[in-house]
Amino acid sequence: MNILRKVPAFVLLFFLVGYVAYPFAMMISRSLSVGGSLSFQRYLQLLDPSTQANLEAVVNSVGVSLLSVFTSAIVGTVLALVLTQLEFVGRGVLARLAILPIGLPPLVGAIAILLAFGESGVVPRLANEIGFWGIRMPGLSGFSGILVVHTYSFSVYFYLMVAAALREFDGAQLEAASTLGAGPWYVFRRILIPGLRPSLLGASTLTFMASMASFTAPLLFAGERRFLTLQIYFTKLNGDLDMAAAQSVLLAAVSVLFFIMARGMSGEHTGRAATKGVSRRAQIALPSSLRRVAVVISYALIGISMLPFLVILMLSFAKEGSWTWQILPQEYTLQNYFGFVSDPRVYEPVLNSTWMALVTMIVAGGVGLGIAWGVHRNRPGKVAGLIEVFLSAPYAFPGTVVAIALIQAFGGLTLTDSQWSMDNGLLMILGGTLVGTPWILLIAYVIRTYPLVLQPASAALAVLDPALPEAAASLGASRMRTFWSIILPAIRPAVLSGVLLAGIMAIGEFVASVLLYSFDTRPISVEIFSQLRVFNIGSAAAYSVVLLFLVLGMIAVLPDREIDRA
Amino acid sequence: MTGLRFQGITRQFGARRAVDGVDLTIQPGEFFSLLGPSGSGKSTLLRIAAGLEHPDAGTVMLGERDITALPPQERGIGMVFQNYALFPHMTVAENVSFGLRLRRIPVHEVAARTDEALTRVALVDRKHANVASLSGGEQQRVAVARALVIEPDVLLFDEPLSNLDVTLRQRTRTEIRALQKRTGITTLYVTHDQAEALSISDRVAVIHDGMVEQVGTPSELYYAPATAFVASFLGWDNRLEGIVDAGERTVKLKDLPVVLPGAFAGTLSGAVHVLLLPEMVHVVPEGTEAWLTGSVESFEFRGASVVLAIRLGAVVLQAIVTGDAARLPWSEGQQVGIDIGWKSAKVFPKDIL
Repeated sequence: MNILRKVPAFVLLFFLVGYVAYPFAMMISRSLSVGGSLSFQRYLQLLDPSTQANLEAVVNSVGVSLLSVFTSAIVGTVLALVLTQLEFVGRGVLARLAILPIGLPPLVGAIAILLAFGESGVVPRLANEIGFWGIRMPGLSGFSGILVVHTYSFSVYFYLMVAAALREFDGAQLEAASTLGAGPWYVFRRILIPGLRPSLLGASTLTFMASMASFTAPLLFAGERRFLTLQIYFTKLNGDLDMAAAQSVLLAAVSVLFFIMARGMSGEHTGRAATKGVSRRAQIALPSSLRRVAVVISYALIGISMLPFLVILMLSFAKEGSWTWQILPQEYTLQNYFGFVSDPRVYEPVLNSTWMALVTMIVAGGVGLGIAWGVHRNRPGKVAGLIEVFLSAPYAFPGTVVAIALIQAFGGLTLTDSQWSMDNGLLMILGGTLVGTPWILLIAYVIRTYPLVLQPASAALAVLDPALPEAAASLGASRMRTFWSIILPAIRPAVLSGVLLAGIMAIGEFVASVLLYSFDTRPISVEIFSQLRVFNIGSAAAYSVVLLFLVLGMIAVLPDREIDRA
Repeated sequence: MTGLRFQGITRQFGARRAVDGVDLTIQPGEFFSLLGPSGSGKSTLLRIAAGLEHPDAGTVMLGERDITALPPQERGIGMVFQNYALFPHMTVAENVSFGLRLRRIPVHEVAARTDEALTRVALVDRKHANVASLSGGEQQRVAVARALVIEPDVLLFDEPLSNLDVTLRQRTRTEIRALQKRTGITTLYVTHDQAEALSISDRVAVIHDGMVEQVGTPSELYYAPATAFVASFLGWDNRLEGIVDAGERTVKLKDLPVVLPGAFAGTLSGAVHVLLLPEMVHVVPEGTEAWLTGSVESFEFRGASVVLAIRLGAVVLQAIVTGDAARLPWSEGQQVGIDIGWKSAKVFPKDIL
């Protein structure tokens, strides 16, 4: 009986050790092993100033990430301020549209922006045809393209965190400052912004790490420029897996370094009232002219961000080959969608993505909830926080790094030594060669998504009244019974929203998939990329629309009530 | 010293009139309280004085100056907020000097005046502390120092004691009163606690449904409430039903054999309520002849006094026993003789309560 009760814990531990810790350890050890002995040769090679490629990649990645933090901060914070501080027509709709990017597969966003604003996108073509005062609109490429995609995808971090902080902000502080003689601008700079500092820093960290990990935007826009994630991808394609491992470690190290720096800078102050009691909603008194400008800017920002989706919807009906030099495709057809019901080669990726996303939701839900509950019950307090941060780390690792780690661990038996080695032994226990099977994709998805369940679940457990399980126990409920009928219902909204996010991330996952897929297991995202590469714009757009509808469908399945509660 | 005047102030929130045509004059140097239940509009009135809320009609005068349209930062009014609204990212001294720094006062003078203000509230040794590390009472004093240091014409308090525990609340209100007396600053103070308002103020306005029910000194309000609302809000807890005799103009009580003379009825007619303070119900020492006899239904020991609920037939009256009688071993069901000081009773029309 006692042993049986421990089974879930063992399964969980087996997963964490075998499929999370082991691959990362494997990746690090491979990157440090040259001809069977320990060597830093690969790292020295990476940072060697005479071969500029890798160094340039590091500089470009860090540079574009810092710029992305800057632009995302401005856009996200402005939207948060306008949408929480001002009352105007359409505010509710704008607030909903502003959080759309959180559920949007990064690949779809990047492709939509490419087709709308890229060098040969619809908007530049149109602008140059009209010819505004003879100025040529170049279209997005290189840094500008990556920056726009990043700002589009990551400003939502600033929007969400700043808006949340503003809702909790003690408005009386702003009023107090104004009674003491401070004008609106002074109040904004000296009281509001310092109160938002933790949120701004948190969002900056997220944005920087996401930008460092960003693979899709460089892939589509970089051109000749080098970026770290692309560098890993090309090294892997060239077959030098151990070098790819070293590059992955470098990428992870830069991200972690920035994370630690941001942690060090963040103070413990928030804008919340120092005392309990009623606190009034924060409200800055702005002149009405400035209000109007702010509202117009918000409408413009969100309007521009909607445009790419109209473009991609339109292009999904374009007949292949009917769009060459013209502003818009010349012929339209439903052809691009027919395959989804009749041609297995067309609908196979959709089936692949769907079933793998469903399995990911179940497994990631179980793993995330299991860890949250295990940590909460056994190690309450400070240690629990540390363990959680550690176990959430896979989320912070770029998808490229996760993929390389999995390839290193499950790529096959090490051929260098024919006799039984420890690596090979472990590999056999964990399932043998997994690369090329759906399992490798599923493991990658679960590793990348279980922290999305773990975080909200443990947050919900942390605020759960500790008297609840005690009350249940005093009434005679067993621990199992307490978990199922008291704990689980209480944290259900948090868990469900986490599972949903995991599903959304899995169904559109591209970064790890593109390194791990085989033809039979190719997901939608990889297929979109393949179609785009052979200039089947209509087909790529149609896949993107299907993917978007799958995501919207998943969001719709969850009742509003649950989202609100979460 | 400057006075503060509200003239015909009205503030509408949607369909609700939070403040409804209020006229009030606060004399220079006066400690004036706005007393009323929550939702009565007293805080809105205070916020209108601060400029944090704008009236739909009426004017606010600060001395001879019409400040109705001025934004808060140009009014020169200090305010202490209910939750103190200390800036959490600043130290105690930075909080207090915030207003001075905005006024472009020379650095050494800022430091001197900050120290002086903190000395006044006995917190000068905590000036480099983080405000979050202070106790509730200390935070409250920082908030007072911060509002005082800019030498405002008027000081506003919005329920400043409601986040403190009982003993601290009483001590702090004494301190606030002493500070106000020393500085002579015109003060407008909002509270829902009648004991607080009565003990601290020169004058009190009782606010109900956005309107002023009565303005007066604490003892005027307590002993001569003008309306039934003021009376019951200030603790006239004994309420007896009566009827005004149309012909004789006397007030007949329904449940007690008492007829009050015509002077009590005034211009009233029909059903009325006769209100009494608990201290107007006298418990007669044993052995003395009493007017009526009742039985003790329950009693509350409060140290210096005992509050008795005494049943007289259909009614229960509250009585306060002090002095030696408070030390007696009271018990439920005990028979007591009582006497009532009818000449202090107040009669109000019945339909209002």
